[in-house]
Amino acid sequence: MTLLHLPWAEICVALPLVGAAVVGLVRDPVVAGRWTLGFSATAFACSFLPWLALADGVPGGAFFAVDGLSAPFLSLVALLHMLVVLATPRVKLNRMSLGGHLMAEGFRLGTFAAAPGAPGLLVLFLVLGTLPPFFELRGRDLPTRVYTVHMGLFVALLAAGWLAVGVGLPGTGSVLLLLAVLVRSGAVPAHLWIADLFENATFGTALLFVAPLAGVYTALRLALPIAPEWALQWIGAVSLATAVYAAAMATVQSDARRFFSYLFLSHASLVLIGLELHTVISLTGALFLWASVAISLGGLGITLRAVEARHGRLRLDGYGGLYDESPTLAVGFLLTGLGSVGFPGTLGFVAAELLVDGAIEANPLVGVGLAVAAGLNGIAIVRAYLALFTGARHASPVPMGITPRERFAVLTLAAILLGGGLVPQPGVTSFRSAAGAVLQSRGGDAPPAHGHAHTRGGE
Amino acid sequence: MPDLYASLIAHHSSLSAYLGAAVVALPAALVAVLGVASLAGRPLSERATARATSAATGFALLAAVGTFVLMLAADSRHVVIGFGEWVHIGHGDDEPHYHFAVKFVFDRLSVPFVALSLVLCGTIGAFAHRYMHREPGYNRFFVLYAFFTAGMVTTALAGTIETLFLGWELVGLSSALLVGFFHDRPAPVRNALRVWVVYRVSDAALLLAAVVLHHLSGEGDLDRLTGYHEGVDSEAWPFGRCPLTEVQALLVGALLLVAAAGKSALVPFSGWLPRAMEGPTPSSAVFYGALSVHLGAYLLLRTGPVFDASLVLSAAVVALGLTTAAYAALVGRVQTDIKSALSFASLTQVGLIVAEIGLGWRYIPLVHLLGHACLRTLQFVRAPSVIRDHHGIENALGGRAARTAGGGRLRARLYRFALERGHLDALLDRFVADPFVRLFRACTALEKRWTDAIAGRAPRPAAPASEPAEKFKQPA
Repeated sequence: MTLLHLPWAEICVALPLVGAAVVGLVRDPVVAGRWTLGFSATAFACSFLPWLALADGVPGGAFFAVDGLSAPFLSLVALLHMLVVLATPRVKLNRMSLGGHLMAEGFRLGTFAAAPGAPGLLVLFLVLGTLPPFFELRGRDLPTRVYTVHMGLFVALLAAGWLAVGVGLPGTGSVLLLLAVLVRSGAVPAHLWIADLFENATFGTALLFVAPLAGVYTALRLALPIAPEWALQWIGAVSLATAVYAAAMATVQSDARRFFSYLFLSHASLVLIGLELHTVISLTGALFLWASVAISLGGLGITLRAVEARHGRLRLDGYGGLYDESPTLAVGFLLTGLGSVGFPGTLGFVAAELLVDGAIEANPLVGVGLAVAAGLNGIAIVRAYLALFTGARHASPVPMGITPRERFAVLTLAAILLGGGLVPQPGVTSFRSAAGAVLQSRGGDAPPAHGHAHTRGGE
Repeated sequence: MPDLYASLIAHHSSLSAYLGAAVVALPAALVAVLGVASLAGRPLSERATARATSAATGFALLAAVGTFVLMLAADSRHVVIGFGEWVHIGHGDDEPHYHFAVKFVFDRLSVPFVALSLVLCGTIGAFAHRYMHREPGYNRFFVLYAFFTAGMVTTALAGTIETLFLGWELVGLSSALLVGFFHDRPAPVRNALRVWVVYRVSDAALLLAAVVLHHLSGEGDLDRLTGYHEGVDSEAWPFGRCPLTEVQALLVGALLLVAAAGKSALVPFSGWLPRAMEGPTPSSAVFYGALSVHLGAYLLLRTGPVFDASLVLSAAVVALGLTTAAYAALVGRVQTDIKSALSFASLTQVGLIVAEIGLGWRYIPLVHLLGHACLRTLQFVRAPSVIRDHHGIENALGGRAARTAGGGRLRARLYRFALERGHLDALLDRFVADPFVRLFRACTALEKRWTDAIAGRAPRPAAPASEPAEKFKQPA
């Protein structure tokens, strides 16, 4: 027995949950912040070990285990949680529920660490994951009804779908599960809760609730293997409409949080489109885009949150003039934002190329929709950048530059975005194999045969 | 000497590969050096920046010239520098596979254009080092300059439409941010956004062209699109024939034409060009006066066989070029500031170049483009001195130079039309931007009401009318 034989997936999930209990006993917010960071960082470090164990051929447990699909996202989710705590300013620590943060992290890691053969556990963690934002909203006397209505619908559809599949009705069950996915991913018209959550919850909570794209994971694990073709096509159509609509909405928002929520919505829908096409190429592209979106929008969210921590709620109907205060935050905003829309040299570029390539094989109109959505998202990001960082220089009596912790958080995500964009092949290979496994789970459903090679450039 | 020549011939392919790689790698290295230093919060000093810039553009130019000399020595008209497969999925024909090859092509079109890009970028880099001395945004300028140079080189040498798109986007972003360089004033920022919006339309059209091309032919290789087969020099630029049918060529070509129109400020996108002059003079000179405004024409030249395949498309290119030339010639006559006047003069020539391409000519528009770019760069760089000289002349004369006045009703109408820049921006605002903004603001208001109804709270007041879209409509 080696070190890799230890139940690392279980440890990875348990660490934040234990941390939540420990942090709950600490009164001093600064000390509690250090403990939270410690537990988050340890969970992040542990998240690689199930991955290593998988690569080494060590079998996972019956309840918690990772595979090629979940392993990278387990680490990614842990990283995002760690960086959000790291980039939280000291003055905000007393406002942030550190115990709630760790508990939510435990639930999210549980979602991605639940063994593929234990769908019930996955459903349980997905349901538990909806609770922390609710309790935060209620604890701060903020309106919860919009969130509750939508998440209630999600939980009901998820449970009904899972039960239907359990009693031998895979067709009905998969449709219910796909509807649950649409609600969780915020597809139009069930999208209002995302903007509402961003407007009311703390930015960190809202960001961490949406950035891992748990809806997409639900679709891959529970619905895609059994969903009928027509249902996937409907999901694709709704997702495409949502992607374009949300991108257009992002270009006219005057509140930075609403802008971010629509941007996220558009990207989540783009990933869902790739799933609907269910070819090896498009699915690989969708998984790659998922990772890219989580990293880039995670980075963009952390940047926005850092700016917000200094200036309060940010408006986009004027010019903030914040560039000179912190050029690094400005560059980080632009880099992560453009990374999400597939700007050349970033992770999203290859992801978008793969997705578009897969899309045009299935339906050229989907390719047109993807191009339009990407174009609008790009306009929205630069508009927001100009509104926040340009304009008459903002004079501040105290230094407002980026702190070392924030710099580390933003640059870490930027480095992954650029590194993955410049050397994309390892990521593509990994996601290609995960996509193959997902397609095989559709009853050996071979991807549609193509008449010609997909060649970008000469061979 | 004969030995050296023979040795050159014998090893020309490997030498070309190294030199060609250097042409692409050096501007990219400049981006990395300036960008990483800035991100780390330790930007290079002015002197180090200037040296890095001179070295990167200078050596890249030498490498480009070296490649050209080797091509001449080996009598080769088409040299491909492959960087291998950047991304690949699958291998055999029995499984879906995807390959993204990074490939650059040196031929009679790309070599002059890349040399022009490096000469002008190098010159402007040296000029800007002095012009921007101790300017607060010195480092920002040169980081964007590095992105622009890398984008131009990538676009010029691209062997696939995706690689071209990569460079095209880099040029677009750096250009838009340079327009908004003086970002403490609102006008440059508004103009930067407008430029960016037009560029995104252009980018989307190019991406769609790539998508459609890929759907039709299964690949995005520009050699295939222009009918070149490896080793057949008689098919190298400008002699290729497009393998697409006339209808297919019309579809791909129309998208390429929209992409080119956006990038080269052809009608109806011409409004962004004078607005782009808000940037510092060196950037106006190289980006809009000389290089970036010609990028659309370059795209048309590169994909020329597609336009040759459709008479309708060729006619549309000629019509668009001539319309732009006539429009710019008219509007340019009434401009009251030197940079706007020069920008419309530039546009007139770009329109003529595009018309020449539509007529099926290749070398004439290429020579026209090269000559025009050099002349216009000189004029832009000289512009501040010309104003100073003009003031000196007026001081010596003791008054303003005489101007002609008068004319009939037609002249007055034309004058007004020109003064309003053909109402192009107003038309785009009225029929495209405003309906779009109004529609999605109405959707936002509706969503807020809907959310408030679900939440059981009182509806929020409507958003204030002073949103950026209103501000963007103000004239430059």
